[in-house]
Amino acid sequence: MSTKTSILPVVGSHHRTLEVEVLRYDPDKDDKPYYQTYQVPCEEEWVILDVINYIKDNLDRTLSYRWSCHMAVCGSCGMMVNGEPTLTCASFVRDMPAKIRVEPLENFPVARDLIVDMDSFVEKLSSVKPYIIAADERTVEDGTFTQLPAQLADYMSYTHCINCLLCYAACPQVNLNEGFVGPAALALAHRYNLDSRDKGRSVREDVVASNAGIWECSFVGACSEVCPKHVDPAAAIQQIKIAATGDYFINFLMPWKKSKNTDEASSGGGK
Amino acid sequence: MSTYDPNVAPKVSNKPIIWSLFAAGGTVTALLTPVLVLLFALAVPLGILPAEMFSYARMESLLASPLIRLVVFGILFLSLWHTAHRMRITVHDFGLRSDGAAVFVFYGLAAIATIVLAVALI
Repeated sequence: MSTKTSILPVVGSHHRTLEVEVLRYDPDKDDKPYYQTYQVPCEEEWVILDVINYIKDNLDRTLSYRWSCHMAVCGSCGMMVNGEPTLTCASFVRDMPAKIRVEPLENFPVARDLIVDMDSFVEKLSSVKPYIIAADERTVEDGTFTQLPAQLADYMSYTHCINCLLCYAACPQVNLNEGFVGPAALALAHRYNLDSRDKGRSVREDVVASNAGIWECSFVGACSEVCPKHVDPAAAIQQIKIAATGDYFINFLMPWKKSKNTDEASSGGGK
Repeated sequence: MSTYDPNVAPKVSNKPIIWSLFAAGGTVTALLTPVLVLLFALAVPLGILPAEMFSYARMESLLASPLIRLVVFGILFLSLWHTAHRMRITVHDFGLRSDGAAVFVFYGLAAIATIVLAVALI
């Protein structure tokens, strides 16, 4: 039951004041991180990122954080909000308690304030060769690849990753072992393994099916729970485990096949 | 525990050996445990099925068939190795970082139990 005459939210209305505890750390000045508290007058339709922007614009210009698109596409504003890995542009203030704590993403070194150093992630991401590895060289004259809608559907959901790192912040195995290749990189490897144009599964398996790859995962599933794009990395990793197990035994029983690609089964029956 | 190091060429893991047993055991256990609970914890105590259906003599005569013995061995064998690997992971998840000891204890127990099973059933 509402007395509002408009279905639109009342823009500019002061909704409530949020007490925001923000982790601050400047490696040049601070020995260790500390918390700074801000009182932020919020509007009904604000997301957490608006709160951080308000602090930056009106209360404290020294606060450092990453953001760009404000619409859950660029993946740069991931932070811990009350201990939960959160994409702050896609998380509403109205769903939050009166006091929130904002910290940089867990399981990454802090570069400054809410900014983490993501170099290790970029390294892991490139290690799984996230691009199409075709069976043979293709020239312009050969024309484009053809792909059926059903073959596209095989891997579509795994293309939605925006590298926001929430899954790495949520993953207990990343926390226990920083060398674990991790959810997003493995899900992206799976995306290419499932692509009918791709024949690179056995090449990727050097990293993907190593001890630091899929086998470090114990299927807790936190990655899939926090993923703002519903990529479901946990399912991707389990599916790779099954495929890699098949490949392992095929290579073991038929070593002469080792050099050949073994991904026909998952390529959606391309040409 | 293994670490991805961009300077070292990684090696394909031999985990599939144990993981295939783990996965198969998990599937078997997930499918059969509810059936066993339904039969022995609900159907018989509630009198839906007569207790004589599962009498010792009947069970023994069932096991007289080598095929049935093989099936029972397969189910128990897979469940055992599933449990052993699950315990190894659980210990790891609880933060006890001596994987070698966990492998020795849990896989060792599973191996001993496998031998006992094999002697008893085959």
